[in-house]
Amino acid sequence: MMQLAVLSGFVLAAFAPLLYRWLGSRTTVFLALYPAAIVVWLLAQWPSVVGGEPVLLEMAWVPGMDITLTFLIDGLSLLFALLIAGIGAFVLLYAGGYLHGHRDLPRFLVILIAFMVSMLGLVLADNLVTLFVFWELTSITSYLLIGFNHTDLSARKAALQGLFVTVAGGLALLAGLVMLGSAGGSWSLVELTTRGEALREHPLYTPMLICLLLGAFTKSAQFPFHFWLPNAMAAPTPVSAYLHSATMVKAGIYLMARLQPSLGGTEAWVTILSLVGAMTMFTGAFLAVRHTNVKKLLAYSTVMALGTLTMLLGIGTQGALVAFVVFLLAHSLYKGALFMVAGILDHETGTKDVTAMGGLRTLMPVTTAVALVAALSLAGLPPLLGFIGKELMFESVLHASHFTLLLLLLAFAAAFLTIAVAAIVALRPFFGEQRQTPHVAHEPPAAMLLGPAVLAALSLLLGLMPGGLDGLVQAIVVGIGAPEANVHLALWHGINLPLLMSLAALVLGWLIFRRWDRLRARLAYLDPVIARGPEAGYDAIMVALVRIAEWQTRALQNGYLRNYLAVTLLVLVGLVGHAFFFRHTPQFDVSISVYLHEAVVAGLMIAGAVTACLMKSRLAAVAAVGVMGFSIALTFVLFSAPDLAITQLLVETLTVILLVLVLFRLPRFANLSAPSERLRDLVVASAFGVMVTLLMLAVLGGERLPRISDYMVENSQPLGHGHNIVNVILVDFRALDTLGEIFVLALAAIGVYAMLRFHAAEGTGRLPTRPRSSDDGE
Amino acid sequence: MVRSGTLILNVAARFLLPLQLLFSLFLLLRGHDEPGGGFIAGLVAAGAFALYLFAFGLGALRAMIKVSPRDLVGLGLLFALGSTLPAWWGGEPFFTSQWWTVPIIGFKASTPLIFDIGVYLVVLGSVLTAITALMTTDRDPDA
Amino acid sequence: MEPLMAVSIGVLFACAIYMMLRRSIVKLVIGLMLLSNAANLLIFSTAGMERGRPPLVPEGMAAPAGSVADPLPQALVLTAIVIAFGVLSFSVVLLRRAWEVVRADDLDKMKDTDT
Repeated sequence: MMQLAVLSGFVLAAFAPLLYRWLGSRTTVFLALYPAAIVVWLLAQWPSVVGGEPVLLEMAWVPGMDITLTFLIDGLSLLFALLIAGIGAFVLLYAGGYLHGHRDLPRFLVILIAFMVSMLGLVLADNLVTLFVFWELTSITSYLLIGFNHTDLSARKAALQGLFVTVAGGLALLAGLVMLGSAGGSWSLVELTTRGEALREHPLYTPMLICLLLGAFTKSAQFPFHFWLPNAMAAPTPVSAYLHSATMVKAGIYLMARLQPSLGGTEAWVTILSLVGAMTMFTGAFLAVRHTNVKKLLAYSTVMALGTLTMLLGIGTQGALVAFVVFLLAHSLYKGALFMVAGILDHETGTKDVTAMGGLRTLMPVTTAVALVAALSLAGLPPLLGFIGKELMFESVLHASHFTLLLLLLAFAAAFLTIAVAAIVALRPFFGEQRQTPHVAHEPPAAMLLGPAVLAALSLLLGLMPGGLDGLVQAIVVGIGAPEANVHLALWHGINLPLLMSLAALVLGWLIFRRWDRLRARLAYLDPVIARGPEAGYDAIMVALVRIAEWQTRALQNGYLRNYLAVTLLVLVGLVGHAFFFRHTPQFDVSISVYLHEAVVAGLMIAGAVTACLMKSRLAAVAAVGVMGFSIALTFVLFSAPDLAITQLLVETLTVILLVLVLFRLPRFANLSAPSERLRDLVVASAFGVMVTLLMLAVLGGERLPRISDYMVENSQPLGHGHNIVNVILVDFRALDTLGEIFVLALAAIGVYAMLRFHAAEGTGRLPTRPRSSDDGE
Repeated sequence: MVRSGTLILNVAARFLLPLQLLFSLFLLLRGHDEPGGGFIAGLVAAGAFALYLFAFGLGALRAMIKVSPRDLVGLGLLFALGSTLPAWWGGEPFFTSQWWTVPIIGFKASTPLIFDIGVYLVVLGSVLTAITALMTTDRDPDA
Repeated sequence: MEPLMAVSIGVLFACAIYMMLRRSIVKLVIGLMLLSNAANLLIFSTAGMERGRPPLVPEGMAAPAGSVADPLPQALVLTAIVIAFGVLSFSVVLLRRAWEVVRADDLDKMKDTDT
């Protein structure tokens, strides 16, 4: 039932606007109780999970297709869920301050909470299909959040870009998940974890891996799909703090970690993950220092962190997995805090440009302190959690089995660039001489400070006392593929190579920070090269898509109904004909036994149809169709279908009424086409008619399969309590079909009514602004 | 274009309507055992009303049936959907048919019958919606 | 009987398609009517045609004695007939509205979205 409690967040999201009307600015505090409650519940699972007993909450969803709502709470999902719900609570509070009095705050809250629930579902789901559903939900909600300022063209563009990239990846992911499920013989993640060997040997392993990784890489902004993440900074800052640092972009990382025990450890896995991860890590760090916009700086450093995490999963040793967990936690804490600080700066000073700020420490001392602590963790300096994560990362790169030197170089470069970024973000705005900013800065409201302060404090606290994490890290590491682990995190490992590398990185990073302004000018020379990066590829694909759409629209959707028809029919005839003559040798059954009266009825039918085509007047054509309809009714009578006969007769009658009402308000028949056109149409029509005839003869000549209706014939009376089998099928055996059909009927009626109702603006094609009551039907 | 009818049509429509409606109910109720059922009965009833409509015009028809044909459609869908629910009470899967016998007359009531009544109403309502909508604009193009 | 029906249905389809390929909108309506009838008949007769054995369970018996006509295609066709009528009324009204707005009988003149 906990599943429903978590998913009831969707309901809560729907009621957010109503709550806002009642509670006003206190809404966010109230809403934050929801993730807070989830945090409490998750913490209650802690002892069991750390004790090595994952919690499995079973619940069926679509039992017929093996789709469950089962929640799996092991170390990995516990950590992710805690981050999502915990940071989510702070982000809600923060958003209340950041968007205080914003016209669209209720809408924002709806989407944010829906996103939060989707994300929780994603990390807690045990079923592949359920996981995918939540995965797509996060793509959609994040699209809405990035495009929150929908009047801004660049925000819309960034939102669409994020959506395209992640949804295209989602499509690959779906294919990968289907392959994974069918190859592994189960849709449950828990089950699949135990089938690693069979999966790695499976012939579908490589395509499966590529599809799954495409999904994960696009979501987690890995090179060359990294470009959408910095662009997504068009979103309001609370969104950036939440989605683009702590949660959504980590969904791909989560998936890869989840799949590590089932698919990891192979040559392909290690090669792809460590190279792509290292490349992303370096690209992110390098591109970061080009920017002066504080959100872009942080966004690119997020790309760096995501790359590092992927690389660590690729290395895959026990040490690397420990480093993965610690780095992940450290990054979520400091990046959440730093983004919220960035939002505070933007909110209070009115600019996002770090070069336009300075000396703010006297005006906002608390914010300064928070920023400093979080940035120290980003830089990987003691005594913060980020330091432990980075040392462990260096350590595991040193022991990587593949590409050791390359990874080491890239990791070192990324490290000193990151130190420079940390210094830029934490020192530039707060120290130095005071500068004039658009607004006069002062400390933000407490609701906005609480989140970053708590997250920064956690970075410090866990850095000083990392032992508290031992149990959780161990549970996770064992859960994601390390055979057995005995984890002891410590701040101080003595003087070793990683420490020396950190020292060297610190010196280099500091130098870059001191010469940053000059360096930026130098890097500007690289702009044309960077402009040709993957984003240019994305733009080219979009342009090409539009061109192709234009071309095919002109070619196929040319507005001539008969062209659509002729193309469709000829393709059909071609395909069926091909199957007929090249794939199968059809057996035609032409044995015939016909009574004279039956032949007469069939002859009337044909005569009616042909006459309808030849008649020059509408009335004669309608009468001919009527003859055909009544012959069909007779056929039903002769061949044991009383219900059909009655229905056909009644419909024929009503059709006449309908045509009387409509057809004769329409123009007379006109001969509009040239003889050659008629001949062409005759050929198309004849080809189709011949195809249908041959198809039916082939079906009759083919092997008779047992009728599924035998069951219905035998059980109509015993089960359905009815003697008319056709009716029992309609209202009992296949009642769901019938339900669908009467809905179609109802829709047709509504369509008819709507079209005639908006009749008033005759000839102008405009709809009346106000419905009139005179023809309301009452 | 469609004028209120002649004397013969008027008289015929007046007397035939109740008979036709009774007949449609008969077809509806016996449909489970003999040819008939909601679709057929709905069409018969729609035909009956159409005859009346041609004889006496739209106003008279509206005055007689009181409810809008679109409401019949909605009501029919509600009946059909409602018939899916009783199975849930008994813990059976959605849409499982339920049967009860009305004591004195020995009439068998069931969810399939409720469903069929829903079909009847939807068919009747849809056809009448189409026909009355066309009549409306026929008589008064600006309405 | 089935081979004869196969030929008849082929003719019906050919007539329907021919009418739907005309430019006159009224002929399109006629074509639609022919098409739905042809399709219904196809489903009905492909299942095999039985003379004089309707799918009814005789009074007092649990199942019909001997084989009866296949009831499933009958059920499918029954709803299809009624739905075809619904769709016909919809398309007829649509064409009438189009005629009233565009005042052109020629489908070729209805290829633009502007009126």
